[in-house]
Amino acid sequence: MTTYTATVTVRLKRGVLDPEAETTKRALERLGFELEALRSADQFEVDVDATSASDAEDRADEMAQRLLANPTIHDYDVDVTEA
Amino acid sequence: MTVAVIQFGGSNCDRDAVRALEHLGIDAERVWHEDGLPADATGIVLPGGFSYGDYLRAGAMAARSPIMGDVRDAAAEGTPVLGVCNGAQVGCESGLTEGAFTTNESARFQCEHVFLRVENAETPWTAAYEEGDVIELPIAHGEGRFELSEDRYETLVEEDRILFRYCDAEGNVTPEANPNGSRGNVAGVRGEFENVGVLMPHPERASLPDLNASTDGAGVLRGFEGI
Repeated sequence: MTTYTATVTVRLKRGVLDPEAETTKRALERLGFELEALRSADQFEVDVDATSASDAEDRADEMAQRLLANPTIHDYDVDVTEA
Repeated sequence: MTVAVIQFGGSNCDRDAVRALEHLGIDAERVWHEDGLPADATGIVLPGGFSYGDYLRAGAMAARSPIMGDVRDAAAEGTPVLGVCNGAQVGCESGLTEGAFTTNESARFQCEHVFLRVENAETPWTAAYEEGDVIELPIAHGEGRFELSEDRYETLVEEDRILFRYCDAEGNVTPEANPNGSRGNVAGVRGEFENVGVLMPHPERASLPDLNASTDGAGVLRGFEGI
């Protein structure tokens, strides 16, 4: 078994309003920054012992489907590295 | 003949729900989620509050607690289930109802009175009203914006699963009357079957005389009558 870190990034689907990102964007603009758009995302780092990277990815994928992301509003991706 | 009002860590409208139901002559009791669903529960309320501190997403943790398996089984057998505010978020997160209640368009917590138009009066939760009736209830939420893909939303409309839409005092469903940016001004929906209903506004806070200018919410709670 090897310990892997699965990084799960959960973001709103394109087209779903992100009021917190809009508020953050306005705050950056108040500080004098120029920017076209800002998107927010949640990132989870999950350490798992697995027989292979693909096994670790499968498990993190299921975690995202069942809890970390809400499929109604979110897309997610999983990136696995050896811890 | 008792409605179980399920109390999660962080629920805070459970007592209000019990008191409002009992005022209407409907037996109700609070049930701590770890104790499981009583076998004789004839109805279920998922109350408002901030279960698990709204960690991850409002309702996400409570929706995956063991008692929700019992709630889903009971719902499938026809037991009436009503989700209010955080309970509505739990209902969507658990798959009892479609869609998601997420961050208000304003990005602020909003505590105010709203008007709702009854869209479908053929469910237990709306049978006390006529279609097109306008009722007044309070809202108190930061994550109440109803989101759903366009095609699934169209399906809900076709299947008459919208219970209430935010409107003005005359019943006009307008962008100005939409407090949180909900798709289609949706404030409440029913599940696949009509015995499951969820809404963001608080009927239990508008059911007792002397507490609120409106007692319009009593009609929603009367969905538990006759069970």
